[in-house]
Amino acid sequence: MARITYREAISKALWEEMERDPSVFILGEEVGVWGGTYAVTRGFYDHFGPKRVLDTPIAEATIVGAAIGAALTGLRPVAELMTINFAFAAMDHIVNQAAKLRYMFGGQFTLPLVIRTVSGGGRQLAATHSQTPDVVFAHFPGLKVVAPGTPEDAKGLLKAAIRSNDPILFIEHATLYPVRGEVPDEEYLIPIGKSKVQRPGRDVTIVTYSKMLELSMKAAEQLAEEGIEVEIVDLRSLRPLDIEPVIQSFKKTNRAVIVEEGWRSYGVGAEVAARLYEEAFDYVDAPIRRIAQKETPLPYNRTLEQMALPQVEEIVRAVKEVL
Amino acid sequence: MVLPLPEETLLEMYWTMLLSRRLDERAWVLHRQGKIAFHISAIGHEAAQIGAAYAIRRGYDWVAPYYRDLTLMLALGYTPREFMLSLMGKKGDPCSGGRQMPNHWSLKRANVISHSSPVATQTSHAAGIGLAIKLRGEDKVVLTTVGEGSTSQGEWYEGVNWAAVHKLPVVFIIANNLYAISVRQEQQMAVANAADKALGLGLPGVSVDGMDFLAVYEVMKEAVERARNGGGPTVVEAKVYRITPHSSDDDDRSYRSREEVEQFKRRDPLLIARQKLERAGILTAQRVEELEQRAKETVEDAVRFGESAPYPSPEEAAFPVYAEDARYA
Ligand SMILES: Cc1ncc(C[n+]2csc(CCOP(=O)(O)OP(=O)(O)O)c2C)c(N)n1
Ligand SMILES: [Mg+2]
Repeated sequence: MARITYREAISKALWEEMERDPSVFILGEEVGVWGGTYAVTRGFYDHFGPKRVLDTPIAEATIVGAAIGAALTGLRPVAELMTINFAFAAMDHIVNQAAKLRYMFGGQFTLPLVIRTVSGGGRQLAATHSQTPDVVFAHFPGLKVVAPGTPEDAKGLLKAAIRSNDPILFIEHATLYPVRGEVPDEEYLIPIGKSKVQRPGRDVTIVTYSKMLELSMKAAEQLAEEGIEVEIVDLRSLRPLDIEPVIQSFKKTNRAVIVEEGWRSYGVGAEVAARLYEEAFDYVDAPIRRIAQKETPLPYNRTLEQMALPQVEEIVRAVKEVL
Repeated sequence: MVLPLPEETLLEMYWTMLLSRRLDERAWVLHRQGKIAFHISAIGHEAAQIGAAYAIRRGYDWVAPYYRDLTLMLALGYTPREFMLSLMGKKGDPCSGGRQMPNHWSLKRANVISHSSPVATQTSHAAGIGLAIKLRGEDKVVLTTVGEGSTSQGEWYEGVNWAAVHKLPVVFIIANNLYAISVRQEQQMAVANAADKALGLGLPGVSVDGMDFLAVYEVMKEAVERARNGGGPTVVEAKVYRITPHSSDDDDRSYRSREEVEQFKRRDPLLIARQKLERAGILTAQRVEELEQRAKETVEDAVRFGESAPYPSPEEAAFPVYAEDARYA
């Protein structure tokens, strides 16, 4: 096991898959000479060359559209959208094309396509650079939405995503890149669509993913000092949503707090809570709580931004409230 | 040299360019000191912006700018103090009151519309404003700006095409500084001049030396007159150079040589303006010195003002999302 950063884990996954399979190539804004906005593809351009590491014009719709075209021929493009906020400029291709081409035409073509992008606030980049609209994309059948919260998961899931034959939106978190974690030295893949218990506990179930896993872990440590043991289930992918481990945990704790960075309305919390009420109603001992972003566009000013984003203290408080 | 504008006006243009430069330089320092979170610079673009600003009826015509347009904004009456409030995310910044990043201009009193971060979106807004002007039967024009890299967006072509089809009173400026962050112009377009794109869309496209404020002014004046007189839109490409890194998040050493930067610095727009005005007998070394002193004092005042200004109160963070939240607007 080596302790590497989330950034390194993603970078290694890409590198290994490009070495392994010549049909994998990268395209996106600033991915080549500059090495990517978050430095994930640093060194790739020199090693793999401009054909396989393509600096594209600033045209998100065509980045995704062209990736779809290449994928239809059997190549395995990894398209990078600088941030998920710019994915809206490519929305038609993501939603009306990538998510539906296979189904609508009876599976004639497969779409081995990965769109890597970056979600999340906390870096004072304001409303149209800092959104966490992950659930928006998870709404559409035909698309898979993966959002890892640890270096280990990031690496294993990205490798699996590149080998998958379906279009996958792979959402990284802007403030997780420098975070370190243990990653196996040997090659491994993590199957897409499997939730994972990241911390075992008996008292309350926290359901979360991506950056909010980090905050939930911190909250769990604080609570443990007071003798409260939370169990943390990391969804890792929003579609497919692997609810079974959540239900298993909930049947043990009978209490749940769902933590997401995006807005509460129609969010991950809404979906997970509904599933718990539907599938484990007899086990409900307390109202299920949701922690999410305040319902405004995210402000620039640091204090205001932090106020709008979920905080560890809120999670701690919510856990105590459901106990 | 025949002067296209009164001496006083030319001096004012020079002053605004100089003030813009000194404010901008201070912003970089403030960033290094950790006092502001972000800066994106107009250094190298000043002449193109001032030439454009003085070709329109400021405060009467509409402007849909982009993030590099500090000089243009100052010419439209945005004050150094206001700029500092915005850099520091303080209350009272008329653009956003700490809600949006700096340089995302919005100044209703000067007919400057708001814009968000995805690039080239202002192009279609400008077409829409042009449409509104036509519908209302007014004689206003719209000035909109964008970087050359951002003209790769479908939205840019779509917006310009609309304006051309409907002969809308819009001038589309492309500030071509050769780079979009690290990506060179040749990676964005196969044409040599960004203005050549206009040809395929059926409107005039003109390229001009954007380091020369008077050259820009001349070209812009013609384009603005055409727009105002019902002759339709024009694409104007101002060839400039971004003397600084892309933004405070960028290190430009990885993608361009120091020699290249030095070479363009010799064509510094401020220097060219000074030489022109000195040759015309409008500016003297002594006058420049006075203006420098005034700029220094103005920047000091603005920084002090910004630093002592309050932050927005936490309760304000949630507003004004909807029209009904008028008390926080
Ligand atoms: C839709 C969208 N994609 C990507 C970005 C990220 N981005 C911000 S500025 C920029 C480069 C723009 O270059 P150019 O248009 O040449 O303007 P310049 O900064 O050189 O003045 C990019 C890619 C963005 N803001 N919006
Ligand atoms: Mg540029």
